[in-house]
Amino acid sequence: MTAGHYQYWIVAVLMMTGLYVVISKGNMIKKIIGLNLFQVSVILLYVSMGKVEGGTAPIVAEGFEVYSNPVPHVLMLTAIVVGVATTALALSFVVRIHEAYGTVEEDEVLAMEDDSTGSDA
Amino acid sequence: MNAAQLPALQIVIPLLAAPVCVALRQPRVAWLTAVVATWSSLAVAVVLLQHVLATGEAVSYHLGGHAPPHGIELRVDALNAFVLLIVTGISAVVVSASRKSLSEELSEKQHYLYFAATLLCMTGLLGMTVTADAFNVFVFLEISSLSAYSLISMGRSRRALTAAYQYLVMGTLGGTFILLGIGLLYMATGSLNMADLAVRLQGMEANRTVQTALAFLVLGASIKLALFPLHVWLPNAYAFAPAMVTALLAATATKVAFYVLVRFLFGVFGTDFAFDAMHLDRVLMPLALAAMFSASIVAVFQRDLRRMLAFSSVAQIGYMVLGLSFASELGLAGGIVHLFNHAVVKSSLFLVMAAVAIGVGSTQIEDLRGIGRRMPWCMGAFVVGGLSLIGVPLTVGFVSKWILVRAALEAGLWPVAVLILLSSLLAVVYVWRVVEVAWFEAPAEDAPQVRRPPAGVVCAAWTLAAAALVFGVFTDATAGVALRAARMLMEVSS
Repeated sequence: MTAGHYQYWIVAVLMMTGLYVVISKGNMIKKIIGLNLFQVSVILLYVSMGKVEGGTAPIVAEGFEVYSNPVPHVLMLTAIVVGVATTALALSFVVRIHEAYGTVEEDEVLAMEDDSTGSDA
Repeated sequence: MNAAQLPALQIVIPLLAAPVCVALRQPRVAWLTAVVATWSSLAVAVVLLQHVLATGEAVSYHLGGHAPPHGIELRVDALNAFVLLIVTGISAVVVSASRKSLSEELSEKQHYLYFAATLLCMTGLLGMTVTADAFNVFVFLEISSLSAYSLISMGRSRRALTAAYQYLVMGTLGGTFILLGIGLLYMATGSLNMADLAVRLQGMEANRTVQTALAFLVLGASIKLALFPLHVWLPNAYAFAPAMVTALLAATATKVAFYVLVRFLFGVFGTDFAFDAMHLDRVLMPLALAAMFSASIVAVFQRDLRRMLAFSSVAQIGYMVLGLSFASELGLAGGIVHLFNHAVVKSSLFLVMAAVAIGVGSTQIEDLRGIGRRMPWCMGAFVVGGLSLIGVPLTVGFVSKWILVRAALEAGLWPVAVLILLSSLLAVVYVWRVVEVAWFEAPAEDAPQVRRPPAGVVCAAWTLAAAALVFGVFTDATAGVALRAARMLMEVSS
C-alpha cells in the first residue's frame, strides 16, 4: 500500500517542509520559499490524482483506450498562475520593506516597529 | 430583462471596469468609472434579490452554455443574493465617498491603481459569492486576496507593508488549504459542481478523504474569515491600510469568507456529515465564544481607535460563527443577519474613523477629547454604529443578537445565551470609552484646530448608520430574508 501511493508521502513531506519553513524562518525571502514549497505540494497532489496507470495523454487516437484525466491538470495551470502572482507580489513587498526598514529579517523589523508609534512615513 | 443573464454581470462589470481605470489614469475619470461600475453592480444585485425572492427559485447561469455538472455554473439563491447585495452596496457607498479622503493618504497619481485594485477585489468577492463551482471559489478567492494585499500595502505608514506581507503569508496558507480540500473532494467524487458534490457525498461519512477535505476547507476558510485564533493578520492589516480600504475590506472580505464556509458546510457537506458525524460544532462553538470574549477584552484596552475597531471585528466574527455552529435554521439566520449588521455598522464606523483621522490628524483615543461637539455629525454616526454593535433595540444589531439568543435557547444551551449577553456588555465598555472621551470631556487647551472632513465621507458613514437603524425597525428585509435563506439551506443539507 505504501509503495503504491508513494506520491502522497512526497506531497505530505513537501507540504510540511513548506509549512515548517513559513513558521520557523524569520527571513522574509525564506518564508516565501516555504510558501512556494507548500503550494507546489498541492499542485503535485492534483497532478498525481489525474494520472491513470497505463493511460496516455487525453487525445483521441487509434490504438489508445486508456487516458489520463486532464481536468486536474488544467486546474493546476490556474493554480500555478496564482502561485506566480502571489510570489511576485510577496517579493515586491519584500523589496519595499527592505527600502523602508533596511532589513528583511522579521525580528529586526518587529523591533523597529516597537520603537516607533507607527505614524512614521 | 432576462434575469438568467444577471449572475454573469456581477462578475463582468467590475472585471471590465478595472482595466478601464488603469487605461484612463486620470484620478477623476477612474473614480467616475468605479462609481458607475459599483452602482450598476448594486442595481444588478437588487434585481437579482427581488427576482429570487419573488420566484423562490435560484437563478442558474451556465458559462459558455455548458450544462452543469461538467460546465461551470453560476447560481444565485436567497442566501448569496443577500450577500451580493451587501458587498455591492458597501462598495458603492465607500467608493463614492473615497475621492476626496483618498487624497489624504495617496498621491493623485496612485488613485487609478486604488480604484482598479478595489474593482478587482470586488470581482473576486462577487465571483466567490455567485459561483457554484468549487474550484472557481479558490480562483476568485485569490483574485480578491491579491488585490486586497496590494490595497493594504498602499497605507501611508511603512507598517502597512509588513501588515500586507503578513496577511499575504497567512492568506496564501488559507487559500492553499482550501485548494487542498477541494482537491480531496474532487478525488473522492470526481465532481466540482457544488450541488452535484452534495449528491455524491451522501453516504460517504466514513470516507477518510472526505473527512480530511472537510478539515482543510474549514481550516482554510477560518483563516480567511479571521476566526480566533487565526485572526493575527487582521488587526494590523485593518489598522495600517488606507482608511477607505479598511472600510471596504472590513465589511466585505471576511463576510464573503464566512459565506463560503456556510456554503461548503450546508450546501456541500450537509449538516448530517459536518455536525452530526464530524461534530464540527464542538470545535467552532468554543472558538466563536473565545473570539467574542478575548477580542472584545483586547478591544477595551486599545489606545488607538483603528485597532479597537479591528479587534471588535474579530469579536463580531465570533457571533457569526456561533450562529453557524448551532446548525439550526434559527442559528444560521442569526449568523446571516449578524453578517449584514456587522458589514453595515463596521463600514460606517471605519468611515467615521477616516473622517476623524482627517479632522484631528490622529486616531489615538486620547486625542479625541471633546471631538463630539466639534464634529457632531461624525461622532453622531459613531454613536449610532456603536449602539448597533452593542445590540440596542431599534438597531439591526438587536435583531441579530435576539435571533442568536433565541437559537441558543432553542438548542437548549442557555449558558451560551448568557455568554452572548455578557459579551455584549464588553461592547458597551469599548464603545462607551470612545463616546465618553468624545462627548463628555473638554477638549485639551492646546488642541489644534479641527479640519472639516470631506462631506462625502460623513454622508457615507450616515448612509450606512441609517441603514442599521432602518433595517433594525423593518426587520422583514433582513431577518425575513435571512430566515428564508437559512430554511432553504437546511432543506438542501438534510
